[in-house]
Formats: sequence, C-alpha cells, structure tokens
Amino acid sequence: MTLILPYAREDAGQPPSLHPPYVSTVPRSPRQPLVRIPQTLTELTGPAGCWDNLMGESLFDLTDQHLARPLGQRIVVAGRVLDEQGRPVRGTVMEIWQANAAGRYIHKKDQWDAPHDPNFTGAGRVITDDEGRYRFVTVRPGAYPWGNHHNAWRPSHIHLSLLGPAFATRLVTQMYFPDDPLIEIDPIANAVPSPYRQRLVSRFDIETTQPDWALGYLFDVVLRGRGATPLDPEYGEDDHHD
Amino acid sequence: MTEQVNPAPRLDNQDPGLFGQTPSQTVGPFFHYSLPWKGGADLVGQSDMGARPELFPEDHDVLNLSPPRGAIRGETIILEGVVCDADGKPVPDAMIEIWQANAAGRYASPDDDRTDIPLDEGFIGFGRAATSEEGFYRFRTVLPGAVPGPGDSLQAPHIAVGVFARGVLKRLATRVYFAGQDANATDPILALVPAERRHTLIAREAPDKDGGVWRFDIVLQGEGETVFFDI
Ligand SMILES: [Fe+2]
Repeated sequence: MTLILPYAREDAGQPPSLHPPYVSTVPRSPRQPLVRIPQTLTELTGPAGCWDNLMGESLFDLTDQHLARPLGQRIVVAGRVLDEQGRPVRGTVMEIWQANAAGRYIHKKDQWDAPHDPNFTGAGRVITDDEGRYRFVTVRPGAYPWGNHHNAWRPSHIHLSLLGPAFATRLVTQMYFPDDPLIEIDPIANAVPSPYRQRLVSRFDIETTQPDWALGYLFDVVLRGRGATPLDPEYGEDDHHD
Repeated sequence: MTEQVNPAPRLDNQDPGLFGQTPSQTVGPFFHYSLPWKGGADLVGQSDMGARPELFPEDHDVLNLSPPRGAIRGETIILEGVVCDADGKPVPDAMIEIWQANAAGRYASPDDDRTDIPLDEGFIGFGRAATSEEGFYRFRTVLPGAVPGPGDSLQAPHIAVGVFARGVLKRLATRVYFAGQDANATDPILALVPAERRHTLIAREAPDKDGGVWRFDIVLQGEGETVFFDI
C-alpha cells in the first residue's frame, strides 16, 4: 500500500492539559505522562469527504434559521483551512457554535440571566472549497460570566470544530475578536502560551466587510501537516517501559 | 472621499510571523446543540444514539439524523462505559469520538487505498456520543478487523478514541482493545504501554448481558487513569 507521511506532532502553541487558572482542568487532566506512539494507519486516516452523511448539510448562515433576523451586530467570518505547509485542506467540515449577541446560549444548562433570542440558535457548519476557503454569517456573540473565579467573564468567542483529513488532525478550538480586553484575563485563552495565543484572535478586515450589511473578520485555521520523514525515528525504542 | 484602508494590524491570526498550528481550546459545556448528532453513536443502524436533544429547545434543533445504511458485515457490538474525573465523579459534559476500521480491517478513508479489502456500504467508522448526566456513553458498532501496523506488524482489533469535555483543553486520545484477542499480545502499540497500565486500554465483555456488550470506562486522572497517547 501507499506509504503515508505522518503528521507533525504538536507545536509549541498547543496548551498543556493542566492549566490551574482554568480550575476545571485540575480534576480533568491526566497526571501520567502521555505515551508517545507512532502514527499508524489508524491515526493517518479519517472520515474525509462524508461529512453530509455524518453532521448533515451545510448551514453557513446563522442569521437565517428562523422567522426573523437575530438581534446583534451581523458579521461575516471567513478564511482558509490550511496545513502547516500552507496547503489548503479541501472539503473538510468546520462545525461552529456560539452564544447570542447578549452572551446567552440556547443550552438548557446556561442559566445566566441574559435574554434568549428566538431568532438565533447559534449552530452551523461549513465545508471548505478547493482552496480551503470557508465563510459563514452570524452575529457577534456577547461576553458572558462563568464560575471559574470571582467576576470571571469569557471574552466573545465562537467555538470551532474541525476534522481535517485524519484522526491525527482533529481540532476543537475557539476564535476571539481583536478588540476584546477580556482576552488578556481569560484563563482558557491564556492556557495557550504567549505569543501563540494571538493565533486565536481574528482580524477585522475591510475587504471582507460587506457595505451596508455586515462587518468582516478573517480567521485561518492551521491543522497539523504531514512531516518530511515517512518513519517515526522513535518507533521501536522501548522508552516507555519501566 | 476617504480611501478605505485597514487599521494597522496587531499581532493576530493573520500575522505571517505567527503562522503555525491553531491552538486547541476546550469544547466547553454547551456543545450539545451543535456537535453530537442523532445517530452519531450508532455506526450500524439508524437511531438517535449519541445525541442529547433534551438539553436545548426543539425549535433550535439543527442536528442531523443519520441516513439509513446498507447491510454491514461483521459482529455488531455495544461499546459503553463511564467517563470519570480525579475524584471518581462522572463527567456529565464529555463528548467521545471513535474512529475504526470495518470488520474486514479497512478504513473508509481515501488514505486507506487497499482496494482488495472490501468496504461496507454505509459504514463510515466515525462516531460521536455525548455522555449522560451519569457520565455514561454508548456506541453501537461492529468489532473492527485487524489492521497493518508499522513495518510488517499487524495491529490487534482496536478503536481510536478522542475525549473532549469542559476542563479538557485539548483532545485526549486513547484506544479500545478487546479482551481475549490473541493479537493483543503482539500489538505494536500496546507494547509501548507500561505493562501495568495496559489493562486501562482493554474493554471487557459484560458478563451479565447477552453478549456483545463491551465495557470501557475512561478515567481522566488518578487511580486507574486511562492511558492517553501522544500521537
Ligand atoms: Fe463558550
């Protein structure tokens, strides 16, 4: 069979599993070291190209799912999904979810006293084109308080979930907005070491902004790319045994 | 008329000097109306396994219902268990994903080009399940076949697992193996796991059920902590 190049390992921009300022990581992160394994066919393959049989059809306009338009600042979020070599990741699914303009999720466990918007669900999914491009329309989510510490507020953010081509490329992340002072003091964003945290901050873009209609933000997602060596040099060294 | 120009950029996502892997962030507690679709945990039939529609209003439901599937070869199994934290408390807001080969050992992926091994119409091998308030998850799938490993090795039947949750900043990757498979003894990945921790990767067939029900608990931390992989 064809030899598949392995994907790059985590780079320095990935957060640790344990980040005590984000309190929930304390009981939910492993204490044993991860066991490093070579990427096999299992990790090098993934459910590419069948997203419509899994998650369902594309829903790129989150402002068009109900009888009327939702309240809030209408925005376009656009960009590309790339690998670490800058090559487009084509035909991959990006699932998105977010709070409404007041910072409230439709989720029943979101008990914060901010209003729901009957015209806004806050969930969608898009598929990248042949150049890896995607685009969705939504409203800018509001900030919301959470119970992590006294007077804790999450910065405005949109949750993103991407499969990429393989089990190894799976990514769940959050996109932030450039003019948000809460990013500086958010334990979740700051689990990502400096300066890599800024990879999660979108850029306002006048070209993406549509006249008389919506503000535009650019956000590229970079998934792990295929490395240059077909064999993992660490494989076969039994260094995890005691 | 003023010319339209972009404001001076700050260090952000578009900065070429910062180009690299997008950092992972937690899935948070509120993903249920977006990610775990109806039937996401049912890889062989058409049911609503995996979803938790009670956590959001019906008129906000945009989740898929899995399409009907063809006949899928192999032994249908249930894979189930509880996700718990360092204190042994169940995790009610976790999401489990699985990825596996079919019963013949072929992945339904363009990167598995072994066309001599048949695919099954409708079997994708990818599944997603939200845990219940009791931290419980359940998949219906087939027992996967053996697949090639590094070099000339053969991997024992296994299922790749990803764990997401509030408080989990990046996916935790693990694997399910099946007790009683002779190939476990020579599996090249299990061989990399310290012997005393291997049992955390091996599902056991539930003795009190009719058969085909495999138990795989996931312990995020502490005694019996599941082995997670750096892949
Ligand atoms: Fe959120």
